[in-house]
Amino acid sequence: MPEGLSANLEVRAISIAILAMGGEGGGVLADWLVAMAEANGYWAQSTSVPGVAQRTGATIYYVEMFPPGREPVLAMMPVPGEVDVVIASELMEAARAVQRGLVTPDRTTMIASSHRVYSMTERTAMGDGRLNSEPMMDACRNAAKHLVIADMRALAESHGSVLSASLFGGLAGAAALPFPRAQFEAAITSGGVGVKASLAAFSAGFDAALGAPAVVVQAISPEAAEIIAEGERRLRDYQDDAYAQSYRAMLQPLQGTGELLAETARYLALWMSFEDPIRVAQLKIRPERFERVAAEVHRTPDQIMRIKEFMHPRLQEIAETLPAPLGRAILSVPVLRNLVGYFTKTGRIVETTSISGFLLLYAVASMRRLRRSTMRFAAEHEAIAAWLGRIVTLSKTDPALALEVAQLQRLVKGYSDTHTRGRGNFDRIIAIVPSLETRADGPKLLARLRDAALVDEHGRALSALMAQEGLPVSP
Amino acid sequence: MPGAGTCDGLARVAERSFKAEVQALRLGEGEEFRGEGILAVTKALLQSGVSYVGGYQGAPISHLMDVLADAQDILDDLGVHFESSASEAAAAAMLAASVNYPLRGAVAWKSTVGTNVASDALANLASGGVVGGALIVVGEDYGEGSSIMQERTHAFAMKSQIWLLDPRPNLSSIVKAVEHGFALSEASSTPVMLEMRVRACHVYGRFTASDNRKPAFTIRDAMTAPTRDTNRIVLPPASFLHEHEKIRDRWPAAVAYIREHKLNEVFADGTRDIGIILQGGMYNQVIRALQRLGLSNAFGDVSVPLYVMNVTYPLIPEELVAFCAGKRAVLMVEEGQPEFLEQALATILRRADVQTKLHGKDMLPMAGEYTAAVMLQGVSAFFAAYDTGVAQPVIAAPPAVPEVHGRPPSFCTGCPERPIFTAMKLVERELGPHHVSCDIGCHLFSILPPFNLGNTTMGYGLGWAGASALNDTNSDKRTISFMGDGGFWHNGLTSGVGNAVFNKSDNVLVIVDNGYSAATGGQDILSSLALNSSRSTRNPIAAAVRGVGVKWVRTIERTYSVGKMRDLLREALTTKTRGPKVIVASSECQLNRQRRVKPLMRNAIAQGKRVVRERFGIDADTCTGDHSCIRLSGCPSLSVAPNPDKLRRDPIAKVDNSCVGCGVCGEVSHAAILCPSFYRAELISNPNGWDRFRDRISKRVIGYLQRRMAHA
Repeated sequence: MPEGLSANLEVRAISIAILAMGGEGGGVLADWLVAMAEANGYWAQSTSVPGVAQRTGATIYYVEMFPPGREPVLAMMPVPGEVDVVIASELMEAARAVQRGLVTPDRTTMIASSHRVYSMTERTAMGDGRLNSEPMMDACRNAAKHLVIADMRALAESHGSVLSASLFGGLAGAAALPFPRAQFEAAITSGGVGVKASLAAFSAGFDAALGAPAVVVQAISPEAAEIIAEGERRLRDYQDDAYAQSYRAMLQPLQGTGELLAETARYLALWMSFEDPIRVAQLKIRPERFERVAAEVHRTPDQIMRIKEFMHPRLQEIAETLPAPLGRAILSVPVLRNLVGYFTKTGRIVETTSISGFLLLYAVASMRRLRRSTMRFAAEHEAIAAWLGRIVTLSKTDPALALEVAQLQRLVKGYSDTHTRGRGNFDRIIAIVPSLETRADGPKLLARLRDAALVDEHGRALSALMAQEGLPVSP
Repeated sequence: MPGAGTCDGLARVAERSFKAEVQALRLGEGEEFRGEGILAVTKALLQSGVSYVGGYQGAPISHLMDVLADAQDILDDLGVHFESSASEAAAAAMLAASVNYPLRGAVAWKSTVGTNVASDALANLASGGVVGGALIVVGEDYGEGSSIMQERTHAFAMKSQIWLLDPRPNLSSIVKAVEHGFALSEASSTPVMLEMRVRACHVYGRFTASDNRKPAFTIRDAMTAPTRDTNRIVLPPASFLHEHEKIRDRWPAAVAYIREHKLNEVFADGTRDIGIILQGGMYNQVIRALQRLGLSNAFGDVSVPLYVMNVTYPLIPEELVAFCAGKRAVLMVEEGQPEFLEQALATILRRADVQTKLHGKDMLPMAGEYTAAVMLQGVSAFFAAYDTGVAQPVIAAPPAVPEVHGRPPSFCTGCPERPIFTAMKLVERELGPHHVSCDIGCHLFSILPPFNLGNTTMGYGLGWAGASALNDTNSDKRTISFMGDGGFWHNGLTSGVGNAVFNKSDNVLVIVDNGYSAATGGQDILSSLALNSSRSTRNPIAAAVRGVGVKWVRTIERTYSVGKMRDLLREALTTKTRGPKVIVASSECQLNRQRRVKPLMRNAIAQGKRVVRERFGIDADTCTGDHSCIRLSGCPSLSVAPNPDKLRRDPIAKVDNSCVGCGVCGEVSHAAILCPSFYRAELISNPNGWDRFRDRISKRVIGYLQRRMAHA
């Protein structure tokens, strides 16, 4: 055995893995770590495989550092079970580090941001495709020796800086490296870009590491009364007092049914406030909305803001939103049809902050008083009555199924094709409710059918499930 | 133009700047170099007295090209000619300068894809042999993060007889390999390849620099007094002579050089009766595995014999026999397949009648990257079989984590290629699916969600050639092929467009022209709009396409116009006109655009000039959470957020702060008739008098009406 080998076996490099997505500053973090190590006489090595991961994919930057003295042999990639520090820029990336075995209870300090950057799968879902964060949090808690987890992105943004700075602060606060805070700050300063903001975000991250772990607030489902009040408020805003009162009256037969009442109230309010062009115009021209947009785009007081809307109502929608006789004429008289059709061929950009654009939407919003006479209003209320009637009937015989029928309304949403598709799925499923009443798994199956309708835009998953369950498949 | 502000009129600047890296190339004798592996290679070329450098960009060697492109003054001082070659084949052919003249030359590319392209020139070069040192730096894109097929460059070295260096992945070893590479090439009249793995290219480290060397024999010397030797040209009978030369003269010369200069290294021989033979590139990871087993310390002082092949072709039988003889067993650590080294080693041992047991791919996997975990398992298995005194590591299985989605790469925020595929999706809604032949470049992300478009990709510039068999003129449907501007100039103009013209194709090609070789880091190419002092740019693609005989050519200058793009695609797919149809879809790569425009915009605002910044947003009030807009775009800035509405449950779509205002989401909601939730906010900094006047009047009228509404 060579001399000195046995004596030195215990001396090992400090290993740091950074999991980040392209553009999140993983490379900057690695550079700061190297700069800090070298400033203290340490050996430092960093590697990465950016490749196509730069284009929104996830990637690992790997840093090793070693105390001053003889030159060590440093590894090119993290060894599962031998990582001292894992820095993850986002919660799913943190869970990925755990999954890869990089986070171990005997050794690893983990600095993670708790915010989510949703994956393509989560984002493209037709309903709610977001994963539950809790199991990912748990995985991190169980795997790490010491976990610092906070919304590092929010901390950074509140100081006008970027994620890498607050994460670096979290690392300093966790005291996992043999360098004092001042050395971390010196590394940022020597980087020379956006130093002031970076130091502020760093400080926030540092404090987060020292503070108590963030408590996750569970959303509590509001009571039926609260939902009904919200529904009334919305419908008064949407139409008038009478409309809101009729809403309360329609819910009367379900009094005392608890969750069923609450859910029906929710979806009835949503359905009764269906999004016709009148509603859209009303929402677009409010002063609160102008303020919200200004805040969202970070307008500064000395800037002038113009808001331009992308609108493309279809002939059908316009016809349905006019008083019924006129609407029917547009749909049936070729000259009128072609005239309106010509103006709806392409989308329009309307500037709501200009006088002409505002007046246009103001005029459309003013048609609110005529809404009850429109074709759309009649059609929607006919469907609402049928749906609500079925819920009321089922509430006495099969409340569980009634609840699912109420929630089926979730499928009816959006505009134009999206609305047509959702409504089509709703109609297909509601049509087979009678055949579910006799089945023990009726409510469960109805929920599955609803989920299947949200799998793809072509209704393939829904058709497949209906066929599989031996349900009559309507065209 | 969306997002353009008022800066579009300003002159375009060339590519990115690598000034800091260029400084590192100036370091002299004894100074410490700190930086990435591939930059160290670049410095080593200058220290070796290289006369000319060429190459084709691509990860992980783009950096070498980028830095040299910015180092024109250093290159001028040293008399080095540098080219951004049109393709790897062009780069390889450049090495012909070393056939007749004592000029050292180096070329670089991504491998194995680049080596595939270069292999015609490489085979010719290797057959005749060289006088001046010829070094080929290959970035071996294998394993994690790789974007290409998983193959080995090793096969090319063997088939053409090119020596292959695979140094230990630290900067000193890499620099030494470059310097010895040239000398080995000259000593054996053979070109030499330097294999740089991805991590080694990106590794940050240090080495002690030497002075850059000005070549004694210059390119001008060669041009002024040309020499020739027909025996160096691949034509019978010389071609037959070459094969014999390779075996009779060049091979032994190389073996002698490698032995004499101890390019391969032996560590701790005699410490144990088993040993490990490894590729140099595997060294650091083997040491880390041995450390875990208690067989090495952090400095690489090992208690097991190691034979490190810093040269993996040719092998040195004398060294290998000496290392194996007397050992019970050796483990060959060789990443990739087929296991060329293990097979060769088996032959060497058999011929020498050495009975040492040979292990390799029986203990380590045949296929796939040798990650840290794989390496530890393989090395542990070897010791479990031969040395039970070594404590086996406990490797805990990683805990089960409920759900973690993959993150496939995708188009960047504001990418001008996204709307092309959105338009394709819209055309598909009308005309049904078409066969789509893809190429290499960012546009290949179309095959992934949310677009899911594309049937095959056959290589760089080969998008249209890849659809050439599907050319039945009686078919109701045409095929659509894609090609980037990079692929077009690399070879697509001839192998794709020329081929389609000559063979009377009736199909459609979309050339995605984003102004750069974008996927490789944003380098300029022939059709780039940037004014580049050292290159000729602004040569339009459409002119080249017409030049080879395409009659139906359409150009679109703003791909973000989804409706126009869709109409153009529909026309190309349905027109009665026979013959090849080419659409050139041009819009600048957003990554490069932002790099270019952002500082200009900041300056303009600071100088008090009127600047309009655009950002898109979604009204939470009207968004019902269907996410069609995301399915038709996939923009990273377009995500979901909790619904602020107390009644609605599905998350709303939301545009986050990274939005660059390209406008695609608005165009999509128009073209696909989605929903009225999208708005474009225009923020005017330093507004002029008219802006202010207009704003004041509108606010007064609108404010009055809003107050009236509130009382209604």
